[in-house]
Amino acid sequence: MNNDSGKPNSKEHLRKALAADVRFDDRKKTDFRDVKIEFDVSNTADGSAKITCGNTEILVGVSLTVGRPFPDRADEGALMVSCELLPVAHRKIESGPPSINAIEISRVIDRSIRESGAIDVKALCIVPGEKVWIVNVDVIPINHDGNIIDIGALGAIAAIQKTLFPTLDEDNVANYKEKTGKVVEVLHKPVPVTVCKIGDQLFIDPSRLEEEQLDARLTITVMEDDSICSLQKGESSGLTIDEVAVALDLAVKTAKDLRKNI
Amino acid sequence: MSELLIKEKEVVVPGQILATGMEYLPSHGTYRKDDNILANRIGVAVLDGKVIRTIPLGGRYYPKRNDIIIGKVSDILSMGWRVEFNSAYNGLIPIKDGTFEFIPRGSDLARYYDVGDYFVGKITNVSGQMLIDVSVKGPGLYKLRNGRIVEANTNKVPRIIGKKGSMVSMLKQATDCKITVGQNGLIWISGEPAMENLVVKTIRKIEKESHTSGLTDRVKKFLEKETGKTIEERAPEQFEEPTSEDGEQNE
Amino acid sequence: MSKYTKRYDGRAMDETRPIEAKAGVLKNADGSGYFKIGNTIAYAAVHGPREVFPRFLSNPKKGLLRINYNMMAFSGPGERNRPGPNRRAKEIGLVSTKAIETVVDLEKYPNSAIDVYIELPQTDAGSRCAGICAASIALADAGIIMKDLIPAVAVGLVGDTAVVDLSYKEEQPEGMEAVDIPMAIVPSTGELTLLQMDGITSKEKIVEVLEMAKKACVKIAEIQRKALQEKYQGEHNE
Repeated sequence: MNNDSGKPNSKEHLRKALAADVRFDDRKKTDFRDVKIEFDVSNTADGSAKITCGNTEILVGVSLTVGRPFPDRADEGALMVSCELLPVAHRKIESGPPSINAIEISRVIDRSIRESGAIDVKALCIVPGEKVWIVNVDVIPINHDGNIIDIGALGAIAAIQKTLFPTLDEDNVANYKEKTGKVVEVLHKPVPVTVCKIGDQLFIDPSRLEEEQLDARLTITVMEDDSICSLQKGESSGLTIDEVAVALDLAVKTAKDLRKNI
Repeated sequence: MSELLIKEKEVVVPGQILATGMEYLPSHGTYRKDDNILANRIGVAVLDGKVIRTIPLGGRYYPKRNDIIIGKVSDILSMGWRVEFNSAYNGLIPIKDGTFEFIPRGSDLARYYDVGDYFVGKITNVSGQMLIDVSVKGPGLYKLRNGRIVEANTNKVPRIIGKKGSMVSMLKQATDCKITVGQNGLIWISGEPAMENLVVKTIRKIEKESHTSGLTDRVKKFLEKETGKTIEERAPEQFEEPTSEDGEQNE
Repeated sequence: MSKYTKRYDGRAMDETRPIEAKAGVLKNADGSGYFKIGNTIAYAAVHGPREVFPRFLSNPKKGLLRINYNMMAFSGPGERNRPGPNRRAKEIGLVSTKAIETVVDLEKYPNSAIDVYIELPQTDAGSRCAGICAASIALADAGIIMKDLIPAVAVGLVGDTAVVDLSYKEEQPEGMEAVDIPMAIVPSTGELTLLQMDGITSKEKIVEVLEMAKKACVKIAEIQRKALQEKYQGEHNE
């Protein structure tokens, strides 16, 4: 527990603002910052999007590569999500191999998309047992003001929907100079919503300042029919079952609105 | 033949030729190259007779002796407290400058200032190697409690304070918040959540429009609109806390 | 060898591709820049001056300028690249640092680091030059004391023809050889601070293209200056 109450910038001060439902940017606890998506921000990627949410700005690039399928899924393509937290995005981020933070973000976004069956992996098969399409999604924040998981995932779905297959030559080698007109089909639009807790206050879409003081967070991925396809709890404090129930409600409501953006 | 190539208050960038000929003289933010005077940082051009200088628009805080700053304790050492204050350099509060209380030998210094504590301090010395001494012992210097700290552009601090503290005084009156502005761009705000947010919003507005005229009036109208209060013209405050006397940039 | 008489995209031999430049695009950074030339896009963010890590690199006499160059995994022309620094990126970071170091007054920043991060989401040749252009804008935006902005552009030869700002297609022309010379210049002194070459040619040709490059760089510096002025003047005209 943080014994910093009484100091400026304390967690207690944040909690008071949340309790008054007046966050530092005047948002309510249930307000998600406005989302703006721009497509075709990288013509070297097979599909790309830039998603802006408040001051968080993320570039997402999708690259389709030809690879071997997993041995137990011989006729299925694969999804690989990679999130890089780079120094360009915030002064506190250091250079180096992906931090555990970045790895968690990658894997949570990955599971949200995978578990929902959003991508038809059988449609990615080229030669069963030998060659399949791999959908590589690179999520790269260029300005980090919190909530990379939710915003990155929205950007990923947006970018995947606009991803064009390269052509294949006779040896099934990808030719990136010529695109087919075919887009990667997205069957579902899963939306992760991370519900956060500071003290006794639950809220969504944390800014970076809020994120640095979280007691707990729960990322809940919601499908179009309101079913939940993925959960991830983070940070060190606990959540009661009641809190989880409230969080699930909040996530379902929020996901509906967010999905309109993609 | 000397020629001035820029206007007063024009934004100039590094390498930009401001004047030709030997008639003009370079000062802060400018340098002479052959017969020309060029800018060496992004700033607003100012002409003082034949002397050309620029008011910086960007850049992190550069510590100066006698500056009043808001800082944070980052470490506790045997001879005092190491402090950070939003600069490339950190500083030290020697034990003797920590407090008027007597500190017995071997006592736990964290009792007085703990890691993470914020304070209003004064820079007492800046050595050649940028070793910086800070004091928290003196009128208007103290440990800060509650509230929050925001970062503003150090170059805009004079505008945020205003002439004889007039701008920050308006802010306090309108929002009922306690506000202390450090020369290093860190600002302490304490009050109701919505009002704290209004202070921050107003500070951002002042930063953005810092070199326009009529700013004080516009801020007054903005605050009156946001709070529904009428702001009275008050006599400049008798300093509860140290502020810069002059609203214009001093160098 | 065939002759290159008309450029693939119809440009004049001494014409750069269309350029778009902006300052202050990344809010978290102390200064930032965006530079797009043709289909090559570079972002640059400055963090600093700040404490030097690792500490042993700290110099009590002057500051440390460190420029990092990184191409995003999806920014190359063909297949996706494995993210992370490779040797090419590290070398580009080094020459970029040297290209700009000359004009930065590092003695004003003892015991500090000025770190610049260049990120490219899309490239079509000329990426290191675009990075240097973006980095210059970012450093000026950050209020760093520097004698001048640094424009950079790649010039060279396609076949025997001298050209400015080679596109990817021109770097590997069909049926011809190409020479690629990335360079950067200090506009106020005419000094070259970046000079590299890939290809084989005569010394006369080198001097010829460098003169062309100098002219192009004067125009690029104007664009960099406008980007900075637009950001700040725009605020002042409210």
